[in-house]
Amino acid sequence: MKDVISLGVLGGILTSMIRLATPFLYAAIGETFAQTSGVVNLGVDGIMLLSAYGAFYVALNTGNLWLALLTAAAIGLLMGLLMSFISVTLKAEQGISGIGLYMFGLGMSSLLFKITIGTVKTIDGFQPVRIPLLGDIPGIGPILFDHSLPVYGAFLLVPIAWWVLDKTTLGLKIKSVGQNPAAADSLGINVDRIRYFSVCLGAVLAGLAGASLSTALVDLFQDNLTAGQGFIAVALVYFGGWNPWGVMGGAFLFSIVNSIQLWMQVIGVKIPSDVAVMLPYLLTIAALMITVNRVRQPAALNKPFERGES
Amino acid sequence: MQIKKAANKPLSLRRPAFDWSNVVLHFLLPLAGVLAALLIGAVMLIILKADPIAAYAAMVNGAVGSVSGITQSLVKATPLLLVGLGICIAFRANVINIGGEGQIILGALAATWFPLTFNTWPGWLLIPSTLIVGFVAGAIWGFVPGILKARLQVNEILSTIMMNSIAQQLMNLLLRGPLMDPSGIAAGTYLAQSARLPVQVWLPRLVPQTLLHAGAILAVVLAVLVYFFLWRTTIGYRIRAVGLNPDASRYSGINVPFYQALSMTLAGGFAGLAGAIEVIGVQHRLLEGVTSGYGFTGIVAALLGSLHPLGLIPASILFGGLLVGAAQMQRAVQVPSSLIDAILGLVVLFVSGSALWSRRWAARRNMGTEEEEKS
Amino acid sequence: MKNKSLLIFGLLLIALLVNACGTPAAAPAAQKQIKIAVIMPSATNDMAFSQSMWSALQSVQKDMGGESALQIAYTDNLFNVPDAAAAIRDYASKGFDIVIAHGSQYGSSVQDIAPDFPNTTFAWGTDVNTFGMKNVYAYTAAAEQGGYVNGVLAAKLTKSKIIGVTGPVEVGDAKTYIDGFVQGVASVDPTIKVNKTWTGSFSDVALMTAAAKTHIQAGADILTGSSQSVVGSIGAAKDAGNVLWFGTQADQASLAPNLVVASQVYDWTAMLKDMIAKRQAGTLGGTVYTLTLSNGGLKIAYNPGYNLPADVKAAGDAAIKGIQDGSITVNP
Repeated sequence: MKDVISLGVLGGILTSMIRLATPFLYAAIGETFAQTSGVVNLGVDGIMLLSAYGAFYVALNTGNLWLALLTAAAIGLLMGLLMSFISVTLKAEQGISGIGLYMFGLGMSSLLFKITIGTVKTIDGFQPVRIPLLGDIPGIGPILFDHSLPVYGAFLLVPIAWWVLDKTTLGLKIKSVGQNPAAADSLGINVDRIRYFSVCLGAVLAGLAGASLSTALVDLFQDNLTAGQGFIAVALVYFGGWNPWGVMGGAFLFSIVNSIQLWMQVIGVKIPSDVAVMLPYLLTIAALMITVNRVRQPAALNKPFERGES
Repeated sequence: MQIKKAANKPLSLRRPAFDWSNVVLHFLLPLAGVLAALLIGAVMLIILKADPIAAYAAMVNGAVGSVSGITQSLVKATPLLLVGLGICIAFRANVINIGGEGQIILGALAATWFPLTFNTWPGWLLIPSTLIVGFVAGAIWGFVPGILKARLQVNEILSTIMMNSIAQQLMNLLLRGPLMDPSGIAAGTYLAQSARLPVQVWLPRLVPQTLLHAGAILAVVLAVLVYFFLWRTTIGYRIRAVGLNPDASRYSGINVPFYQALSMTLAGGFAGLAGAIEVIGVQHRLLEGVTSGYGFTGIVAALLGSLHPLGLIPASILFGGLLVGAAQMQRAVQVPSSLIDAILGLVVLFVSGSALWSRRWAARRNMGTEEEEKS
Repeated sequence: MKNKSLLIFGLLLIALLVNACGTPAAAPAAQKQIKIAVIMPSATNDMAFSQSMWSALQSVQKDMGGESALQIAYTDNLFNVPDAAAAIRDYASKGFDIVIAHGSQYGSSVQDIAPDFPNTTFAWGTDVNTFGMKNVYAYTAAAEQGGYVNGVLAAKLTKSKIIGVTGPVEVGDAKTYIDGFVQGVASVDPTIKVNKTWTGSFSDVALMTAAAKTHIQAGADILTGSSQSVVGSIGAAKDAGNVLWFGTQADQASLAPNLVVASQVYDWTAMLKDMIAKRQAGTLGGTVYTLTLSNGGLKIAYNPGYNLPADVKAAGDAAIKGIQDGSITVNP
């Protein structure tokens, strides 16, 4: 027990945090786009599952991991189109259509898995790529700069998403559509088109979240592989207050508490394992309680837009 | 606000007029959505080399074709109706409760612990007190996100998702600890289940050789009560007013956060009651997987019932029948159960998509009689 | 000419097909077809509990001569009680001879339904309770026994003297397997540290992977664990490259052919065959089956792809023998 807080331990916790945070980052940043435009997509987990399956299937049969990512993105896009058609064009209640999408993704992925693959198999997924120079920094180098490409991608996504949402006209349009669709419409912004775009972008990223699991982090597919991570990702969007950096903070907090609780179990800290597993969930709520999050949600969140209605 | 609009309720605070053609409209269009989904399901069945006609015949037959099918559908409908009533109250106050799963678990835990502890009480006392304890436990699990939202602006979607997982771990902890069946420990199997509950707490069965229990009647009675609560009481009026227009409610002196927290607490209570009734009516002991996803499917049922307590009764029976029929279909044509999940997902998607037309038609018909409120 | 030969060929083909279809139809006359329905809590391809029963049924079917001798119906991914009760009652009323409720959560349903179908055999597990009914079998697996053997092997192989256990929830055979494993390790060298983690979920592969990596970080050079999510731990062992794995429930060697040392395999075939034979002899139930190393229901499947030193294998075999002859007792 003497090495409980050694540098190696800390490194292990951080490495584990980065890996655990990766799918959350993709999915939650994607959901940030959808929600900023005013659409709550509760079907993230279903998109992740079907894409994780698709990516795994392609990787298993072709060995081409890039094609696998592309497949995942394409499946995400298709499911995003389905979600936006139902929620934007048909103006369905978003909570219900998202749950439908989740059930469909869960069922379809395990059905296809059973028919086309049959049993659990593993692949050689994305291998860690050590970034030259940075990766050689003693201590933090191997922790931060020795990961697979989809992991780096997740972290690059954060500043890009922030830049798009905060610094571009596209981002402005997405926000205005989520805040006041009627005003945006009167300014000549095509509300539906922006919402389609945002939901589909979110779904593509959810697809990549699934692929990052099945081709980079666990290198296999199984029934209900995500085990509800898509729902956590939705929660993290609220945690982050629709800001990519905040979302990243939430993903880090959740993941680091998770890797710390695993570490506590390994070194035999005397608390029941179930309580340890609860910690990330408890602390995420607690963190939000003390930071007093007064960010207003997009005013038109969860509201379909009908022209001339308001 | 929009939630109600999407679900096709004229946004009036007046008691809704009972209009039969409206009812037909509410059911015909979703039915078309169901048919469209089943059509895609038929294609998938053909790909899987199963006979879709035999499959769907088995589905209909399984749900309504026999006493056992009908009772199964009602058994399924009971928790859907109860969870849906809670969802309905919360949505009326514009609070989204996706914490049903956790609240069901809490209710089930309480309804297991209580009769095992007070196992000498007679049934007439034990049953109602167990139901109340289950309701209270679920209500506490709903109160927490409610008060967090009211006092600290913690978003309820976030807190309920997290609390679902916390409830799951709590159940794991209790089921492998104090609630674990002593006979399982003695036999060395250590199964994750509680001891069998004392017989006097079992809800009476309504039809012999089936699982249909008195909880189904209780659920219908409660649906009527919730209807009166929401439309005939001051508290109910304020809950709806808060949901309809929080700003106006605030100006007129209604304590908006209080009523939001209250509605969340009640929603939790009803989900907890659903969990309690599953335990003492169906399972007679606590088992893993007690929620069966009712926390989510209850939302679907609530929205299919147009967030109206009385509309929920047929909606949950229909949805329960769909679940039972689908399971029967799996057994009849021997396809993987995951196909059923996929088809049900499509049903939910398409039914939610069909709301637009029914809303538009309703709006057109209601024009002149009731001005649709704009947000 | 060409047409004619085609025609003849076609006719021949039809004749063949008719014949092929006809043969099995004739067979049941000799021996009545047995119909088995099975209800399982997870998918038939979960590499764990459900798959162990599903493979056993497949192999019994093959041994008996295919579909004509044994018809199998199944319902998978079924974990809630009303659905299970419906499925059990439905299969029984459809005339299935044996209805297997392959999950401990189905017990109450079997208890309720079995009296209504006195001519149907019900089997359920894992548990040890037949409710005193003549048409109910119960079955269970003494997972601690194979756990013990795996523990002995692991203790002989570890160099770092640290072993990691990745479990789901500490219940059922996940608990008993791991308890046996710990006893096995301690019997060889009590100074070896066995670190345990529980993810609180039977399906969270990502968290299982993280748990396994944490164990490796803490110095473990051997891992084991239970539930369908351990495929994540196996993946982590594979990533590390030099960490060995011990499996349970099903043979997991295919997932990491160089690193899986041995798996405890649940083999339900002998039990199923015994049930069928007893049924044909007129006995419908009433006993409890326990898979053990002695009765061959539990097997230690050494992975041929892993080069196990002879002395270690000898220690493992000695442990198996000791459990079989009763000189070693493992507490669940």
